[in-house]
Amino acid sequence: MADDILERVKKIIIDRLGVDEAAIVETASFKEDLGADSLDVVELVMELEDEFDMEISDEDAEKITTVGDVVEYIKSRK
Amino acid sequence: MKDLLAGKKFVIMGVANKRSIAWGIAQSLHNAGATLIFTYQGERFKKSVEELVETLGQETNYLISCDVTNDEDIEQAFNQIKEQVGTIHGLAHCIAFAKKEELEGEYVNTSREGYALAHDISAYSLVAVSKAAKPLMTEGGSILTMTYLGGERVVTNYNVMGVAKAALDASVRYLAADLGKYNIRVNAISAGPIRTLAAKGIGDFNSIFKVIEEKAPLRRSVDTSDVGDTAAFLMSNMSRGITGEIIHVDAGYNILGLS
Repeated sequence: MADDILERVKKIIIDRLGVDEAAIVETASFKEDLGADSLDVVELVMELEDEFDMEISDEDAEKITTVGDVVEYIKSRK
Repeated sequence: MKDLLAGKKFVIMGVANKRSIAWGIAQSLHNAGATLIFTYQGERFKKSVEELVETLGQETNYLISCDVTNDEDIEQAFNQIKEQVGTIHGLAHCIAFAKKEELEGEYVNTSREGYALAHDISAYSLVAVSKAAKPLMTEGGSILTMTYLGGERVVTNYNVMGVAKAALDASVRYLAADLGKYNIRVNAISAGPIRTLAAKGIGDFNSIFKVIEEKAPLRRSVDTSDVGDTAAFLMSNMSRGITGEIIHVDAGYNILGLS
């Protein structure tokens, strides 16, 4: 299940940020390692909301800074 | 609807991604047979706009950079549009901006700089692009902008953007009065909340939809295709008697008092 979440998250990140799959490790920070600007982050949040059919509050979104954070967050909400 | 806008050319300003209202308008105008010219805001948005525009399958993809905060840039953009397509028949202005920190909390805390910036990008830009587009609308035309209820009444967190939309609404009326004699119409669509990149900047945006779906007369929120199809009507000859108007595409939400 967790692997499946990671794969789906990876796909969204590759689509949105145009980065190499190899760069998407759990510790990778969206802004510092994957080159995302603030709008990219909002787009990612919206894509995640659609993909996992959930609402991510502004407060929660601010706490998500790495790939691992996303996976953990989604797991915690499922 | 296929031939409604056949042979007509429109400038679409403000596509950021597939969720943009501007993109919904583009799709509706395209489906009605129009040729579209897209302006985008700098390199940041170039690639995503390019990818979207390619999906339309137009014979030529017209993509022009235009920063609406810069008069020279606007002039240059419309010169390019004139060179590439000559006459245009309308323009969709789907551009707004306010600082994220001023789209939450209390309006009373708006900074002088934030106030000026929101008005410059969200309201003055319509005036500037209307002026630049006018010489290209030699066969008459239709200018359309996007507004929101927050310019007419208080909407929590909309704050300085609401005040800028009030300025935009007033600009629609003054521009309509000026440009009517050239058979150029100027109108606004006041869309209900739509999940766009821009809207996500408004504090606690997700919670708005529950209210809309419960209260709006049509018991639903609207999407970019609802707005796009109204835009196609406003760009077409079918709306030839309408100018200076604000058309609400909001599932009726604006008519409610206490409900």
